Amino acid sequence: MSTNPPLLEIKNLNVSYHTRKGDVPAVIDFNLTLNAGESVGLVGESGCGKSTVSLALMRYMGNNGSISGGQVFFMGRDMATFSNEELRALRGSKIAMIYQEPFAALNPCMTIGKQLLEVPLTHEDISESEAKARTLQLLDDVRLPDPQRIIESYPHQLSGGQQQRVVIAMALLSNPKLLLLDEPTTALDVTVEAAIVNIVRDISKKYGTAMIYVSHNMGLILKTCERVAVMYSGQVIEEGKVQDIFVNSRHPYTRGLFRCIPNITADKNSRPLSPIRGQLPLATNRPKGCYFGPRCDFFEEEKCGKDLIPISVADSNGQRVRCTRWQEIDWDNYHPEVNQREKAAIGETLVQVRDVKKTYELPSESPLGLFGGGKREVKAVQDLSFEAKRKEIVAIVGESGCGKSTFAKVLMGLEGGSGGSIVMGNEDLAVLPVGDRTSETIAAVQMIFQNPNDTLNPTHSVGAQIARSIRKLGAASGEDVERKVDSLLDLVKLPRSYKNYKPSQLSGGQKQRIGIARAFAGRANLIVADEPVSALDVSVQAAVIDLLLDIQAKNDTTLLFISHDLSLVRYLADRIIVMYLGRIMEQGQTKDIFAPPYHPYTEALLSAVPIADHRIEKEEIILEGELPSAINPPPGCPFSSRCPRKIEGVCDKELPPKRVFPDGHEIYCHIEEQELKKMQPVFRMIEKVQTTA
Amino acid sequence: MLLLILRRFSVLVLTMLAMSLMVFAVLETNPEGLARKAIGQFSTVAQRTAWLARENYYVSVSDAEEKVAFEEKGYVTFSVNEGDWLIAHAPEEGVVYPDKKISEMVDDEVNVIRALQVPMAKRYVTWLGKFVVGDFGYSYRYKVPVSKVLWPRLLETGKLIALVLLFMIPLSLLLGVLAGMREGSFQDRAFSFISIMTTSVPEFASAVLLAAVFVFWLGWLPGTSSMSSGFSWAEMVLPVTVVTLYATGYIARITRASMAEVMRSHFIRTARLKGLSRRQVIMRHALRNALITPVTAILLQIPWLLSGVIVVEYFFAYKGFGTLLWEAINNTDPFLIEACAMVSVVVVVTSQLIMDVLYIYINPRIRFQ
Repeated sequence: MSTNPPLLEIKNLNVSYHTRKGDVPAVIDFNLTLNAGESVGLVGESGCGKSTVSLALMRYMGNNGSISGGQVFFMGRDMATFSNEELRALRGSKIAMIYQEPFAALNPCMTIGKQLLEVPLTHEDISESEAKARTLQLLDDVRLPDPQRIIESYPHQLSGGQQQRVVIAMALLSNPKLLLLDEPTTALDVTVEAAIVNIVRDISKKYGTAMIYVSHNMGLILKTCERVAVMYSGQVIEEGKVQDIFVNSRHPYTRGLFRCIPNITADKNSRPLSPIRGQLPLATNRPKGCYFGPRCDFFEEEKCGKDLIPISVADSNGQRVRCTRWQEIDWDNYHPEVNQREKAAIGETLVQVRDVKKTYELPSESPLGLFGGGKREVKAVQDLSFEAKRKEIVAIVGESGCGKSTFAKVLMGLEGGSGGSIVMGNEDLAVLPVGDRTSETIAAVQMIFQNPNDTLNPTHSVGAQIARSIRKLGAASGEDVERKVDSLLDLVKLPRSYKNYKPSQLSGGQKQRIGIARAFAGRANLIVADEPVSALDVSVQAAVIDLLLDIQAKNDTTLLFISHDLSLVRYLADRIIVMYLGRIMEQGQTKDIFAPPYHPYTEALLSAVPIADHRIEKEEIILEGELPSAINPPPGCPFSSRCPRKIEGVCDKELPPKRVFPDGHEIYCHIEEQELKKMQPVFRMIEKVQTTA
Repeated sequence: MLLLILRRFSVLVLTMLAMSLMVFAVLETNPEGLARKAIGQFSTVAQRTAWLARENYYVSVSDAEEKVAFEEKGYVTFSVNEGDWLIAHAPEEGVVYPDKKISEMVDDEVNVIRALQVPMAKRYVTWLGKFVVGDFGYSYRYKVPVSKVLWPRLLETGKLIALVLLFMIPLSLLLGVLAGMREGSFQDRAFSFISIMTTSVPEFASAVLLAAVFVFWLGWLPGTSSMSSGFSWAEMVLPVTVVTLYATGYIARITRASMAEVMRSHFIRTARLKGLSRRQVIMRHALRNALITPVTAILLQIPWLLSGVIVVEYFFAYKGFGTLLWEAINNTDPFLIEACAMVSVVVVVTSQLIMDVLYIYINPRIRFQ
């Protein structure tokens, strides 16, 4: 026995789930060695087994999961030999976990304090007051304001970011040796995410905790981890030091994944995405040989299509790759086909939005509320003005609660506006609910929704659903409908036979293609896409975006793209509107938004985006405080409560003036134009990249 | 908190008013029919008119000056009782009202009396006012004021329901929690089987079955529960058991579903991965969350029990609210029916209020929103 075993050693771990169709392997041949204080990332798309690995380490796999092979050594001891009591003593004490959805992870009926105190009281023989003191200290460490108030609160009284900090504090309370983070920031806004990631990094340094960071986001892994393992369909297909993987990835999947991620410094014309073709294989239906084979450009039946591919060491740096052909591939001469686009000529104005307001009324909390008096107002959208031209892609970005989706509802006529106008042609859409619109107007303004799983009726075939849209929008009638359905399926590059399928038989990406087909069923002039790809995996996302852009260009459609993803917006938008708490902060051409002068909020937002590119260095701006509620926004500039450049006594009193820069670039800020122009760019390219080799 | 209760309460008062309007509309808008129900199918028109006048459905005066004032306006007056005069509209042409007491008139003549009705709104207000102070009128079946018979009967049923709840709540929650704790396990299947079985046998069937076994075969228990010689525990056993069995299965099913859902939730995983034992996880984390739904269901059971016990009370000749309602309807005893309906409304609405308050108490998410 070695004198100093690694903290965690996983040897040939296999995990399967028992289903009616037999055992389905979820994790295959997983190996990992982790020393104290190290951090390793597990990255991959949905269903690749990354979360299963972390739960398997806790030996917690629900009713139908089990470890079907391999060993896990924790501090030198095989975890299979742990008794139930010993496992319990380990969980939450030596190994702790941080979860994806903090709200779901906390007991809604128990105060935060009770839930936190449980950890030390269960694992250690200490008094309650001692435990409480430590809990308060940790809440302070995770930068939660007023810990005393927090421990008396219930989970629903905290914001998402605060809840996640509580979960982090809970994980750290017993000073664990190993911290498992399962997509800890996926449910959070990007500025909150940046703050959480910083906390995790600082704390693991402070306490010397080893981390396994599970994420689908390459950018986050780059920011947080030293080593990374890329997973695909249950297998690790490549692993090594993070820098090496970014600079010199050897597996075709890893390379493909990087080409699918929009880069914050480039747009669709200068660096088009190249999607990985095909779909992720289902766990029940994996191909023979290499699981990535059917989607790989270097697939050779002889070498890749026969046996399971073993993982092999690629260099002295410990980079390992699960590919039989990695030495043969000449990456320098590999240029996958990409959809090269010319910058489209933008037409005349199509929609003119002026001073749109949307106010919701809430019943009052005062006794007057009984009689309908003393109503409170939520100003979801205020004074929104912009115009969208024909063929233009206008993006609205902002974090949750900024009013971007509310505006989409007003535009679609699902909700009446409270003021202002949205003029398209000779109609004012702001005062025209969808029920009063003619079918031409309805066909002209269509929407693509965020979650394709919820927007298709599960009991009807997709063909019938497209046909219904075609008839409703008056695009065709009688026998022409069938032909139109076929042509729409062609348009979204799905086989015509799919029209007989039920939505449950399609993958997420395919469902979203149906959503796109539906939106284009009539002659749409304006398509509102509300986070159309945020529910999709990266490799699928690129293909759907590519398709959407193609159709948009071909049909001369104006696209209003609502998103929180700045990299994506940078990639595809012509113009960007940045919103915060219902108000426009900044708007202008995409290139102007991504270069100084910035609005301080845009600057912070850009700085918060995790970037999957090791060559880019960026300014770190961490926003303090919580996103204020729209019921009770700060007076003056809505961003004043969190703004690092706030001018005391001005910003929190008056609404900021509009500062106008060339090319229709507008910033709403109290800071003088000259001062704004002095801002430094958030992103810098590092000239020379050093690998660890 | 207080505000919330106040708000709920005002909604409930409105509900009660709406319900009282409906009861009034169904039973009180046709005075002639009401009189038939009260004093019998074979009463004479004269008797009914006299009754209606006495019960203030028709305008009658006892003051001689008022009588004259009406006559000057063109109304006709009849003497109803000693010193009371009924006010009627002027007769149609060719018809002469003889100046007689109503009771002395023959039916044909009185058919043309168009007695002046008290306006509906005014009647509703006095009717409701009487209910509020507990004056429910007279029961023609029991020949006593309604309140004399209603309250004791309600108390009897209250005892029955209390005993049922006493056994049903712990039993059903226990069954449900044990079943939902491990979804799909043998334990789950076994307890689920028991609860489905008890709730799928209707009360009249289980009453017959239990009576056959314990009364006729074993002879351990009395077959009727009329409590003719004072309160007897032995007579309570069968009615309580029958209702408990039926209600338990239902609540246990709801509890099981709620528990199973909670056990699948992420915060249970969090608690497990904190290193808590299974017992701690269930006692501290699962139970309270799992009980929110069944508590609501249990309180919804109370109004159901109030009328749901009719079968059992009737079967065992238990003198409770259920049998009272049954007899009131059978004998078309109008004021008793009205009183029973209004009492039911009050019980339903009150249990709703209790449910709301309890819900706020057990579910912190409501309290602060």
